[in-house]
Amino acid sequence: MPYFVTAIRVVPAIALALLILPVLLGLAGVVAPAFGWHPALGGEAWTLSHWQALGSAPGLDDMIRLSLLTGLASALATLIIVTLCLATFLETRAFGAIRRLLSPLLAVPHAAAAIGLAFLLTPSGLASRLVSPWLSGWAHPPDYLFPGDSIGLALALGLTLKEIPFLLLMSLAALPQCRAGERLMMARSLGYGRINGFLKGVMPALYPLIRLPLYAIIVFATANIEVAMILGPSTPPPLAVAVVRWLGDPDLTMRFQAAAGALLQIGVTAGALLIWWLGERLVSRLGAGWLRDGHRRRGERLGRGLGTLMTWLAIGVLVAALGGLILWSLAGYWPFPDAWPAPLTLHAWQQATMGIGTSLSNTVTIGLAATGIALVLTLGCLEAETHRRRPLSAGTQLILYLPLLVPQVAFLQGLVQWQTQAGLNAGWPAVTLSHALFVLPYTFLSLAESYRRQDPRWRQVAATLGASPASIFLRIRLPMLAAPILVAGAVGFAVSIGQYLPTLLLGAGRLTTLTTEAVNLASGGDRRLTAVYALYQLALPALGFALATALPRLWWRHRRQMLSGDAA
Amino acid sequence: MSRRFVLALALATASIAPIPSLAADAESPLDAPWPAVERQAEGQTVYWSAWGGDPAINRYIGWVADRMDERHDLDVVHVKVDDIATTISRVVAEQAAGNDDQGAVDLMWINGENFAAMKERGLLFGPFARRLPNFSLTAPDDNPEMLTDFTLPTEGYESPWGKAQLTFYYDAERLETPPRNMSELLSWAREHPGRFTYPLVPDFLGSTFLKQALLARVEEPEMLADPASRHDVETVTAPLWEYLDALHPHLWRQGRHFPSSGPELKRLMGDGELSLAFTFNPAEPAAAVTAHQLPPNTRSYVLEGGTLGNVHFVAIPFNARHKAGAMVLANFLLSPEAQARKQDIDVWGDPTVLDMRRLDTTEREAFEGDRHPASPPPEALQHVLPEPHPSWVEALEAEWQVRYGDG
Repeated sequence: MPYFVTAIRVVPAIALALLILPVLLGLAGVVAPAFGWHPALGGEAWTLSHWQALGSAPGLDDMIRLSLLTGLASALATLIIVTLCLATFLETRAFGAIRRLLSPLLAVPHAAAAIGLAFLLTPSGLASRLVSPWLSGWAHPPDYLFPGDSIGLALALGLTLKEIPFLLLMSLAALPQCRAGERLMMARSLGYGRINGFLKGVMPALYPLIRLPLYAIIVFATANIEVAMILGPSTPPPLAVAVVRWLGDPDLTMRFQAAAGALLQIGVTAGALLIWWLGERLVSRLGAGWLRDGHRRRGERLGRGLGTLMTWLAIGVLVAALGGLILWSLAGYWPFPDAWPAPLTLHAWQQATMGIGTSLSNTVTIGLAATGIALVLTLGCLEAETHRRRPLSAGTQLILYLPLLVPQVAFLQGLVQWQTQAGLNAGWPAVTLSHALFVLPYTFLSLAESYRRQDPRWRQVAATLGASPASIFLRIRLPMLAAPILVAGAVGFAVSIGQYLPTLLLGAGRLTTLTTEAVNLASGGDRRLTAVYALYQLALPALGFALATALPRLWWRHRRQMLSGDAA
Repeated sequence: MSRRFVLALALATASIAPIPSLAADAESPLDAPWPAVERQAEGQTVYWSAWGGDPAINRYIGWVADRMDERHDLDVVHVKVDDIATTISRVVAEQAAGNDDQGAVDLMWINGENFAAMKERGLLFGPFARRLPNFSLTAPDDNPEMLTDFTLPTEGYESPWGKAQLTFYYDAERLETPPRNMSELLSWAREHPGRFTYPLVPDFLGSTFLKQALLARVEEPEMLADPASRHDVETVTAPLWEYLDALHPHLWRQGRHFPSSGPELKRLMGDGELSLAFTFNPAEPAAAVTAHQLPPNTRSYVLEGGTLGNVHFVAIPFNARHKAGAMVLANFLLSPEAQARKQDIDVWGDPTVLDMRRLDTTEREAFEGDRHPASPPPEALQHVLPEPHPSWVEALEAEWQVRYGDG
């Protein structure tokens, strides 16, 4: 089947097109309206007036400041916590437990985590109920502004907690590449403490490998919508939320302002990246001396203490937030300061079951389809690598990250403007493709390492026995890699379920998923129902991961070595 | 599917279909006799844009959808929006793109300044209200509010669906005497800092609170019936801003943060963060007590001298793809069956727009239930203040943004 090789070689081009075209088209679609050009909306002259309107929008300074500060602060906090966690626990027994606790938390959709956190820390939340009234003396919930505080602390906290599992898993994947084990052993044998050894011996090699994921975190954190809607301040909101509000304004001219705002958002995000990059320079210059100063145990205790405290605190808060969701979903009238709802009732679950059908089926079908597309493209790209005998170039790697490095609100909005211009119907196909765009980078990152590391001799043996490339792919590659492929699928499915803005914008609000429903409900009345939706939203990816681990065990219960993905 | 194939299919269908129905299909639903409209509606999918922030309302709409499917083979899709303004911008964009008959929105839940904006731009289909057989049950000639929306005549471009009146509620266990008017509210808030707030403007409930405060502070309330442009907005509204400047420091979170909507306000009451809140649906407190969301001893009342009230409507965009379906749906919404269910506090509790005198005894019985203790006393709802002209809302919202929008 020579077609197979030809076909496979086209796949990277398709994948790149899927990644680049929407982003570029979207950006183009937003640049023109920002300068007044959008014939379908009556804009037929180039003008700067929309920028002036944007400049005089009330609270613009605060919006920009919020985006910048929460983005940078949460990225920095994430990096510090993950670094200290690795430094404290790497190659200890506790590390396995931490890893097992944090990995599933990666699959928790942002919205669900944010809802749980809001329920936990709000003045009438579980945290303040637990200390009231016996310790705090509060008979009424205290009047503090959280979440939604005007400096964005709650928002930064929510982002940090959600990004920790992501960065930790990215670091874990990178650790073998930089030979962390050997480096740490060397440092330890030279008498360095755990913390000093990691920071001085491993971190300088690890950082370049997790730089792109960190940049993706900064981009997400400066421009996210759903976490900001749930945890962020509303007067004014961060810039990206304001842009989405303008986009939905009945006043036509606001769409132009939204386009200008989207470009400004790109600027703000780029600014954040620039500040971060300058910080990197600064740290590497200032840190150079410290790296070589020969101190082996300075700050060791403090570092370990902080690392232990922050790691368990992060896990504790996340787990408490999710536990709180379960309590709320079962609560009847639950007055403050009762810490336990009584009586428990299934009322909210029963009510939700009546109305959840469409959004549940939309979520699942879109998730499966988007993951399917992404998996096929990922496998195609990786298989093409095998045939070309070289891995993707650095530029291509960067393109893989492209959808994660351009603020969603900017280019998705441009796509909507095109949709309007072309009179296309919003709906399932557009939403699915847009999900695939965000799923693809994750499936690729998740699968690439195992795919590339598979022992080539299996294929060579098959080839000498006369197997065609196609049958090698189908009968050797895929079955042997079934476990990592399923995990990549589960990751992709989880990513798709978490998507809020693509569903909202490209589905024109006509398509509801569990995520859009949960975010909708979070802003509204009923804690109990919101909790039920958040739990559903959380259960689906969990189910995906459970299947991804259980299925291979079932298939290969008689060939246990297959589970390692490489039976060499 | 090729065009030729579609044509062939159309011809084949035409040759077996009885001629009269084909003729009816071609007719605009505005001219066709009602049974023909119903026939035209069969098999259509009506995209109904309606605020989706309240699960009780969503469930009611789901029930309506099931009935329409059973009776008219009509598929109703509830497009949940957090602000109907998003839907309007969609229709505006479609109009600009030259989409005159394939619009994505078939029916929308609307009133007030949104209706005014759409009507002014010619974005509405109609007049269709009088074409609906059930419309006469509202006895529009005796109840002029069925024909006016925020002082604007509807001229048949929207069909009434439900009624609303600003109603305050509180937990009788924690608060004995709630404030009876706007000035008492201010002094009450001073004594109980952080226990009251209103939704973030331009949420409609937040805007309604502004209007209620304005009505209480303005010297001649009659002038609010005129378009704002006829008056010196700054002078007229000055007492309102004075009032809010005094009130805000004593609000929940010192007025630096506002709940995003009425349901969030309700949640804050349920959490015990507030002692006093308000809603636009007089039956909501009772419904929320039943659903475990509010304290069991919740009581509701209307301010001295009355509160703002209005009717909310459904309208059809000019370019709706399924106008016949939308009309059949709008007609069902006005049926005694649908209206009685809507008024049931276990379902939604939205007051009916039907005139009880137009119903027969059995139909009327469906509307009579026991009064829940959390419902306002029936006589309280007789003091309805008319809505100001919609242009005032725009002026108030814009000025509010400037004054308080950036925290």
